[in-house]
Amino acid sequence: MNIDKKIADDLVANDIRFVTTVPCKQLAGVIEEVEQRDDIFHIPSNKEDEGMGLCAGAWMGGKRPAIIMQNTAIGVTINTLATLIQYYRMPLPMIISYRGELREPVACQVEMAVHTKALLAQLNIPTYHFHWQRDVEEFDNILKYTFMCNKPVAILTDANFWGGYGDQ
Amino acid sequence: MIRSEILKDIAPILRDQLVVCNIGIPSQELHAIDDQPTNFYMLGTMGLASSIGLGLALAQPKPVIVIDGDGSVLTNLGTLPTIGNNAPSNYILMIIDNGSYGSTGDQPTYTGMKTDLSGMARAAGCDNVVEVQDVDTGEALQKAIEGGVATVMVVKCDSGNAKMPVISMDPVVIRDRFMKAVAD
Repeated sequence: MNIDKKIADDLVANDIRFVTTVPCKQLAGVIEEVEQRDDIFHIPSNKEDEGMGLCAGAWMGGKRPAIIMQNTAIGVTINTLATLIQYYRMPLPMIISYRGELREPVACQVEMAVHTKALLAQLNIPTYHFHWQRDVEEFDNILKYTFMCNKPVAILTDANFWGGYGDQ
Repeated sequence: MIRSEILKDIAPILRDQLVVCNIGIPSQELHAIDDQPTNFYMLGTMGLASSIGLGLALAQPKPVIVIDGDGSVLTNLGTLPTIGNNAPSNYILMIIDNGSYGSTGDQPTYTGMKTDLSGMARAAGCDNVVEVQDVDTGEALQKAIEGGVATVMVVKCDSGNAKMPVISMDPVVIRDRFMKAVAD
């Protein structure tokens, strides 16, 4: 199974037409896949809160959005999640590279990893953790759930899910 | 002129347009001067008006006018390259540049000192940047609407706020009526 293609296929199948991304090594393949799809408008953001603003506007304009980012972004976007996405009750699937988990080679990434789930729980954000490749089978259901309840929803995808870092 | 006087001046132009309005006193002033379902008031999240407006302009064809401030643009400077590289023809970013953080007590921003927002927008890739004096805002805005190209307006005016009530409308109501106006 090609995870990148599966994620992009599920986005399109759920009518998600506006995707913003902040780069990540683990997510490079899915970002490339999103960029190549004709039926998805891909707009890179310079920072994750900016990206959430773009998504909020796109949704109010009639296009279903999604954001692809690293878990360090949770530290950047708490105010935006609380006072924009949640306060105005907007749906936002967040496909998150869960750096600092098993098979992570960079120690500093662990420092935000240990806070990630606690912060999401504090914000009452529904959170799913993909650790095995087969976990991606849940992605379609998670997207449907997100647009059913109009909430931000976090999908944490760790290094094991992506197949590790190769020779790093 | 101060911002509220400019908003009173251009209210007839804004009335029929989709407007995304900056957090704090700018939204309170616009709400008090001429509340419309086509206005999206930001109640929190300083800095994101230009980004919300850009997402909206990219998602649908109606013109979108963002009323932003110098302080808010400075807090989200990454927005300028994103606008410069992606803004569609229906996007107008109007930065009311009064050189101060009005909603928090008129502390000075750097645009009242050495920093030039027009120059920053141009350097970020925004092709159509106009610097406007407060009294000329209406004419410049009308021209931007009719121009059919993405425009960044930097409106130079005096620092100061009108005393207006806090917006008590529920955010979901603001958002819902705005979305209906967008789709109408």
